[in-house]
Amino acid sequence: MRRLLLIVPLLLFLVLAGFFLQSLMTKEEGVTELELPSPLLNKPFPTFDLPSVIDGEPRITQADLKGPALVNIWATWCVACRVEHPVLNRLAAEGVVIYGVNYKDTNADAIKWLKDFHNPYQLNISDADGRLGLDLGVYGAPETYLIDANGVIRHKFIGVIDERVWDTDLGARYRALVEEAK
Amino acid sequence: MSRRLHWLVLGLLLMAGGVGAAVDTFEFSSEQERDRFYAIGSELRCPKCQNQNIADSDAPIAADLRQEVFRLLEDGRSDDEIVDYMVARYGEFVRYKPALNRDTAVLWFGPLAFLLVGVLAVVLLVRRRQRAVNESSDAGLSPQEQKRLDELLNKKSQDD
Repeated sequence: MRRLLLIVPLLLFLVLAGFFLQSLMTKEEGVTELELPSPLLNKPFPTFDLPSVIDGEPRITQADLKGPALVNIWATWCVACRVEHPVLNRLAAEGVVIYGVNYKDTNADAIKWLKDFHNPYQLNISDADGRLGLDLGVYGAPETYLIDANGVIRHKFIGVIDERVWDTDLGARYRALVEEAK
Repeated sequence: MSRRLHWLVLGLLLMAGGVGAAVDTFEFSSEQERDRFYAIGSELRCPKCQNQNIADSDAPIAADLRQEVFRLLEDGRSDDEIVDYMVARYGEFVRYKPALNRDTAVLWFGPLAFLLVGVLAVVLLVRRRQRAVNESSDAGLSPQEQKRLDELLNKKSQDD
């Protein structure tokens, strides 16, 4: 019994070390930084009423976002968004519904970007002062929200969507929501 | 180094302390509101730069959140309401002072539990050692030895 007591600190240490190792490994696997779980998961998309990036188009509200869809937060000042853009173009061509939120940006820059690099978005929401971004808990573009047919946020992805992310994670989630909506 | 230079260096070092804090130009309606602003700002963690509070961080998101805290203060919201507002958007993570609930109970009471375990261990060890000392002194003498000891002690007291 006394002997057993002696190894308790060692056991505690091993448990702790295992715990740290695990979080170290999971962190390395994902993107470069720690991703925060969103408190908006399984909640309706925040209400908003914002103009379109494109002049003359009607204002856009949360009711206009018809899921299942991706809602992509982007900006022309965001370098990573440029990396992501071709992937979004490809997904849009494959029929994936993507809505764009142009976050803390100017419409002129956004229009030029969409002209130069192609427009994968069904709607282009202009969130110039970042209010919608704040309601969404955005803390760095690009961020992408997956909404279901009822406009409920089902998943949040932080960082660049690339082929690997789509093939191993987001694509399956999107297809599951499409199935669910049938 | 001359004495004057020492003072200069000290002065510069002291000044450097203030440089870390981000600078904004908010027009507070009262001193009290300014204090509340800084208190809330130092309690909210910047979501992007995860080891700074929003009062200290220069990240754009921290500036946005400070702006929002200011707006909510002007709006007449209470401190709790403002923190809850941020938690609803950025999650429990933004609190430097986590709320007390089932998920955070270990965080709050863990150290206390460790302290209790430590105190208990010390008490047990001390008691055991004391008992060991007592036993060894009791058991150390045979009846003959005890008798001889008593005789010696008596003899000494008679001598006095």
